[in-house]
Amino acid sequence: MTTALDAGQKADLPPPAATVGVIGWLRENLFSSWFNALLTLFALWILYLSIPPLIQWALIDAIWTGSEAQDCKLPDGSRKEGACWIYIKAWIGGYAYGLYPYDLRWRVDLAAVLVIVMFAPLAIKRLPYKTVYGVAVILLYPVVAYMMFSGFVEFPPGAPEASTHPWRVVPTDKWGGLALTLLIASVGIIASLPLGILLALGRRSAMPIVSTFSVLFIELWRGVPLITVLFMSSVMLPLFLPEGVNFDKLLRALIGVTLFSAAYMAEVVRGGLQAIPKGQYEAAQALGLNYAKMMALIVLPQALRYVIPSIVNTFIGLFKDTTLVAIIGMFDLLGAIQLGNADPKWLGFAIEGYAFAALLYFVFCFSMSRYSLRLERKLHTGHKKT
Amino acid sequence: MTAAVAPRPLKSAKSDEVAIQIVGMHKWFGEFHVLKDINLTVYKGERIVVCGPSGSGKSTMIRCINRLEEHQKGSIVVDGVELTNNVKNIDAIRREVGMVFQHFNLFPHLTVLENCTLAPIWVKKMPKKDAEEVAMQYLNRVRIPEQALKYPGQLSGGQQQRVAIARSLCMNPKIMLFDEPTSALDPEMIKEVLDTMVNLAEEGMTMLVVTHEMGFARTVANRIIFMDRGEIVEQNEPEEFFKNPKSDRTRLFLSQILHH
Repeated sequence: MTTALDAGQKADLPPPAATVGVIGWLRENLFSSWFNALLTLFALWILYLSIPPLIQWALIDAIWTGSEAQDCKLPDGSRKEGACWIYIKAWIGGYAYGLYPYDLRWRVDLAAVLVIVMFAPLAIKRLPYKTVYGVAVILLYPVVAYMMFSGFVEFPPGAPEASTHPWRVVPTDKWGGLALTLLIASVGIIASLPLGILLALGRRSAMPIVSTFSVLFIELWRGVPLITVLFMSSVMLPLFLPEGVNFDKLLRALIGVTLFSAAYMAEVVRGGLQAIPKGQYEAAQALGLNYAKMMALIVLPQALRYVIPSIVNTFIGLFKDTTLVAIIGMFDLLGAIQLGNADPKWLGFAIEGYAFAALLYFVFCFSMSRYSLRLERKLHTGHKKT
Repeated sequence: MTAAVAPRPLKSAKSDEVAIQIVGMHKWFGEFHVLKDINLTVYKGERIVVCGPSGSGKSTMIRCINRLEEHQKGSIVVDGVELTNNVKNIDAIRREVGMVFQHFNLFPHLTVLENCTLAPIWVKKMPKKDAEEVAMQYLNRVRIPEQALKYPGQLSGGQQQRVAIARSLCMNPKIMLFDEPTSALDPEMIKEVLDTMVNLAEEGMTMLVVTHEMGFARTVANRIIFMDRGEIVEQNEPEEFFKNPKSDRTRLFLSQILHH
């Protein structure tokens, strides 16, 4: 900016060269003191030791073409140096669908396409009745997805169509792979947020019964490891149910995961509620808003915004914790990968399987984290003093 | 204190109709007796300034009028409706009584316009278009229509307080309560807020103002109420109040606030 100077006013000067540009950045961030310089050199050394071999293994020496384990092996039967990605190629369907019947995989694909088709309109900025549509889709989609996964035509055992009909029922213990992981994670995520909000509001309620119940619920579920919850749900619960009453193992796991993360979510939301100044409540009350409107329009939008990082943190934790369903005999993504590792045709390539699992989990978690950053930036209205 | 408002005669809109009637009202915070036997009648169109040392209960008193604080004894009748635990009565009174706070308390996640339209839309069930029209009208009146689409965090303190006034006015209240509206403002912004309040007074709004702005009190108030230690010590017309304070406590207070 060049503005006319008043008499005696000092002109703006550019900053000293050593504080800007590449050199300035390096000096500021990597070599600001002898200790920092030492740490920088140490870090460079570690990177030098670890990155090139990884690239060598995963990319340069890797085997990309072929279709059999033989292609990854030396003539003497020992495995070649590089990563055997053809194993992943051969098993990718297994990873995605687990034990789901091979000829019905298109139903899972259809559910995946539908999720995109149904939620895509929400990306339109000026969609009329957007909120109504959003709520409708969130309520409707699970039903649709359930129909896709489960099918709806039942046959008596032994009927010829029982293994060919395109809409035959697939029991939940056959669901698996990445599809199952995404299913458990998204149900857990979508259901635990509203439940957590209710629990957080309940915990702060002036009504002693409501707040006591909320505190008990939260502390009880938080005080137990998820693995115990899942174990109880699959082994113990049926013992307590009357004879003949049996509800689905997957459903029990879903409820367990949801309630477990709702307890965590409640505490996260409570943290956000505590950050809202009393004046906001008073202004809302003075304008005549009742409790529900005050919470829904004034308090929660602000409180949730404060805790987006922690909410996403909980979601990411939940996403990874879904692997624990392997304990109760369900083959989620990790379970499917272990299934592949045990495939007699592909013995000896477990490292590739686990590396691929790590990569997939990372991709999902990292995108959640990026999305949360974007959301924070979008919702930032300049009221934070940063 | 600086008298930021130019003295000018204000016609009195005071009528004989009662807007607020407080009889024998007491309030305790735990063991602490904050308000002692408050008796006060406010007439429609009347402009009352409440002053007194800090901790004297003046804010608490006006906050009782829209039930931000609950009184424990006595009665408060606002616009013919008695304040009890009945939620319907409280809602009815809050719809008629606007309030402006020391720290503005704008909703930071909503734009200025949304701050103004929120209550009309959700409490009065006004269609969004109408609410926006009304809001723009009041934003014009407080002279910041051009800030309508900004967020409160992007405005100065004086502008925020004017938005807060507009936000209250959008509910078309019969009574406005001001709880130290200029105390959190930088000195150069006090005038713009006081000017807005003077305009409001000229239009005949019933106002109860807790403030230390004695210049404002002198020119705008019909009556000044002096509170100390939870009691109404003295009330009088401004001229008499400043010229011939009756009680020693008032005299002490005035000497402290006017000659520092």
